[in-house]
Formats: sequence, structure tokens, C-alpha cells
Amino acid sequence: MHALKGIDLTIADGEFAVFVGPSGCGKSTLLRTIAGLEDVDAGEIAIGGGVVNDMRPRDRNIAMVFQNYALYPYLTVFENIAFGLRARKFADSEISKRVGDAASMLGITALLDRFPRQLSGGQRQRVAIGRAIVRQAQLFLFDEPLSNLDAKLRDEMRSEIKRLHKNIATTMIYVTHDQVEAMTLADRIVLLRDGRIEQQGSPLDLFERPATGFVAGFLGSPTINLIPAVMDVRGNSVAVRLTSGEMLELPADKVQSAAGSNGKKVILGIRPQHLTRAGRAALPKGQIRVKAVADLIQPTGTRTYVTSRIGDVAVTAELGAHDVHEQGATLDYAVDMNRCVLIDPQTDKVL
Amino acid sequence: MTALTRRQRRALTLAMRYLIAVAVTLLFLFPVYWLFMISFKTPEEIFHVPPLWLPGQIQFNNYWVLFKDGDVVAILNSLIVAGTSSVIAMVLGTFCAYSLARFNTGGENLAMWIISQRMIPPMAVVFPIFLIYVHFGMVDTFSGLILLYTAFNLPYVIWMMRGYIADIPLELEESALVDGCTRWQVIWKVVFPMARSGLMATAVFTFVFAWNDFLFALILTRTEVITFPVQLTHYMGGQSNFWAKIAAMSVLGTLPIFVAVTIMQRYLVRGISLGAVKG
Repeated sequence: MHALKGIDLTIADGEFAVFVGPSGCGKSTLLRTIAGLEDVDAGEIAIGGGVVNDMRPRDRNIAMVFQNYALYPYLTVFENIAFGLRARKFADSEISKRVGDAASMLGITALLDRFPRQLSGGQRQRVAIGRAIVRQAQLFLFDEPLSNLDAKLRDEMRSEIKRLHKNIATTMIYVTHDQVEAMTLADRIVLLRDGRIEQQGSPLDLFERPATGFVAGFLGSPTINLIPAVMDVRGNSVAVRLTSGEMLELPADKVQSAAGSNGKKVILGIRPQHLTRAGRAALPKGQIRVKAVADLIQPTGTRTYVTSRIGDVAVTAELGAHDVHEQGATLDYAVDMNRCVLIDPQTDKVL
Repeated sequence: MTALTRRQRRALTLAMRYLIAVAVTLLFLFPVYWLFMISFKTPEEIFHVPPLWLPGQIQFNNYWVLFKDGDVVAILNSLIVAGTSSVIAMVLGTFCAYSLARFNTGGENLAMWIISQRMIPPMAVVFPIFLIYVHFGMVDTFSGLILLYTAFNLPYVIWMMRGYIADIPLELEESALVDGCTRWQVIWKVVFPMARSGLMATAVFTFVFAWNDFLFALILTRTEVITFPVQLTHYMGGQSNFWAKIAAMSVLGTLPIFVAVTIMQRYLVRGISLGAVKG
């Protein structure tokens, strides 16, 4: 049993990389091998140019923030932050200076004399981050640091971590299962699945040009709609036929490789954001009008999610807050085929 | 019968609980009380009919005799033997326990095998041990008793400490490793403080075991290293029992345990690991 297989990854100096994927995909294991908390059976790990495979965690010059904060309950906040510096025998004056700087950066100066049990979840996480900052390590590792916080605090801390990265400009690797965290924080997302890298790239790159159906389905909220269809090639015109019979014509730039694919089964992926309400006017090029009944309406305040049956599956559209009011109304959707993806159901690859 | 209000019923229940608790406490404390009282009584008062609840006046003659005759050396011997063996067993046992808990040394079977050592009836091994000790000239020596109690306490220490260490969140240790600690520093700076209450409680129990042991001490000592429980039996003769000496010696023998348990109480307070992990 190997938790990781054939990982080949280079993270640039100062980059903010996010490992994301469903639970059990190996993202935490990958982080822990970088930290030296897990051994690798094969392959090489290098940090700052030097191979660290045989180095103990303490010699790798890294700092790590854990999901459960990992604060020492018997030490004050000050001593918790100073822990790594004391272990490395720093002078007292240097310790107080660094702890003071980190505390003021994180806004926890007033808490330095308290014990972890007297802190809220958000404060504890700040202390844990403070402990990493004072180390001035060459690499920061975050292992799902926000997953124990409630939603509001999570948003707040997420911004702070991003700001922190801007301020200290150190390479950071961040593990999360939350695609919003991955999208908002990352310079580069590394999406893992079953111990392999499924795709890596900038957040928008992965979002707009997913390499596989898995990537398309993992990123984006609400989830991308996946509609079973069949390729229908007639001369120069290429379309997909849904199981309900509708024909959706594909724009020319999607068609290059369509030759000989007539009758091939595909999955049509359309993001909820690319279904809009069509007006009476003619639609722009590449958009197709589809009629459907609004079965389910879920307002979120800013946007409203409307679910309809298109091609015999439930399809969600993200519409304006006031676009639809009446459940059961028949709507004219404009489906933006320029933004759709076609997925091979056999290989899960995007065509 | 008049119906009671809810509040009255609750008060009555509470009163009953206290009543039972006090009765049970008195029942268990009475022998201790009697022991202390006898140790301060004169021989006439000890055998007075009807029994006297309190001595006419507190006098320390019973204790004085023990010091004068040098019998208190037995207490000192017990302190040396129990104290030293506890310290050795705690140090060795805690490191073994760490190895079992964190590196799964020997798998589940080794841990089971170790605790099974504790299940041997001491009576079954006392004579083989005696013969071995005779052979090596270890009968009636401090080192002989210390070695024996250490061996008997080790499985207990390992078993208990393994549980306490396994309860420490692994992240605390990993965080320390990444922050720059060696494995030894992790044990010293994280495991010991986190397992402090467990360490203290286990230490007290090992101490009490060695302190109370009678069987091994009786068989393996002669004149040089007589421990306190063995010394006590010297006061029980065929014709008469020296109740005054028995009582005074018992009180002296109870004091170290009393002190140890009082100290332990501070550390038994739970929740020392609260705040380490959200929960």
C-alpha cells in the first residue's frame, strides 16, 4: 500500500501552493513527507536545493501549523510561540523581540500571558501561526489549519493567511479539502486524487481548463453540471445530443478533434454560472437556448440557484437573485457552449 | 402522608445521600482513628473496659520506645527500598511505554506479554527467587529488594504510562519535532509535562506496592534490611502482642503513604490537557 504514487512537483520560491483533494487523496501525507514526519520509500525531496530525505524534521528549517493548533496547554501563549526558539537555544532578548513582533502582527499581544485554554478557537489558531512565524523558516506548511473554525472565522483567518504570505513572502504549502480555500489562497493549486497529482496550475487555469472530469467536478460551487450526451457530427456542424433529444451545437473552436467521433458517448460539463436566463433577443454566438422548468429554487441572497431537468438530469443554474420567483415556471436558459467541457466517460479526460 | 413539594423531595434526597456518605466514611475511618488513639495511649488505657475513645493525655512514649530501640530503622529501610525501586521503575518504564505507544515496538503482543508478567501470583515465584538470591548472595541486601520491586513494578508502570502517553495528541509531539526538538527533547518538554498527572499517580502506586509488600520482604530479609511490615510482625508474639508498639509503628508506616497520596491529589486533577486540542 502506497499513499503517494509518482508525485513530481516543484514549488517555486515564495509561491503559495495549495494541496487540495478529497479525504484520503494523500494531500496530508504529501505535506508530512515534506516535513519529515513520514518517510518516503522512494524518490527525493529537496528543500531550497538540498535533498532532505535523511534529515530529521528539526534540520529541515520548516515551520508547520497543525489542524488542532498543537498548543502546549501547560505553557503560556508567549512560551508557546517561543517554544521553537527555545529549542534552538536563541538568546532571551531575540526571543522576546521575535515573539513581540509576531504577536503584534497577529494582534495577540494582549494574550501573551494567557494559557491556551483561555483562548477562543480563532485566537488559538493565531498563536499557532505565531509559533510558525517566529521561526523565520524557509518553508511554511499548513495542515488544514482552518477546518476547526466556524465559517465566519474561517473567512477571516483565510484573508489573514493570505495577507501574511504577502508580508513575509515565504514559500507556503497549504493543505485543505475546501475548494474555496484552495481557490482563494493559492498561487498554484495541486489537486490530488488517490495519491497522484490529477492536475496542477493556477486556480483559474484549473477552473476554466480542467484536465479531467474529476477536476471539473471538484472545483466550483455549485458543482459543475454533468449531462450525459452523444456526439453528433454532420459535415461541418458538430453538436451533442442529450438523452432527451435536444441538440446542442458546439462552437467551432471546440470541434477540432471531433472528426470520426460521431456517435461517441460524452459527458457535457456546464458550470451553473454559464446557464443564464435568455431574453427575447437573439443570443450571442455560441450560446444556445434551452427551455426547462424551474423545479427547485434556492436563493442565497446574492444569487439564486435554480434546478431544472435538462437532458434527463437535474441541472443547476446560478441566476441573479431576482431572476426567478415562481417554482414550476418554464424558463428560457441561455447555455454558453463556449465555456462547456466535454469529458470522455471512459477515461474521465477532458476532450 | 403529606405530599412533599418537588423542592422538599430534592432536599430530602440530598440529605439521605449525605447521611449514607458520612456513615460509610465513618465506618472506614474508624480503624484508622482507633490505631492513632492506641498509639497515644498507655497500656492501661489500651486494655480499659469499657474502651476509651480518647487517651487521658497525649503521650509519645510508644513512639519514643521505637526510636530508643532503633526499630524505626525499618521505616528508613522501607523508604530506601520503595523509593529507589519506584524511581528506577518509573524511569525505565516510562521510556519503555513511550516506545510501545509511539513506535508500536513489538506490536500488540509485546505489550500484552509485559502486563501478563504482573498476573503471576507472587507466591509462585518467591521460593525460586529466594534460591537464586541465596546463590548470588543477595538475600538481606538493599540491592536485592530494590531489584525485585523494580522488576515487579515495571510491567505496571509500562502498562499505565503507555495508556497516558497514547492519550497525548500526536500533533503536539510532531509540532515540537518540526520546531526543532530532538526525540529526547520531545519526551522531556512535551511528554513529561503532558503526562504529569499520570506519572505522579503511577509513581505513588508503585511506591505503595513496594511499601506494603510483606511476602518478599519476609522471605528475603533477615536482620540487615528489615522493612516496616516485617518489623511489625516482630511485635506479635506467641504469648502476647505489643499493641502499643504495633500501633505506633503502624502510624509511622502510614505517614509516608499519607504524604504521597496528598501530593498525588494535586496532580490527579483532570483537565490538564484541556486546550491542547479542541474538544
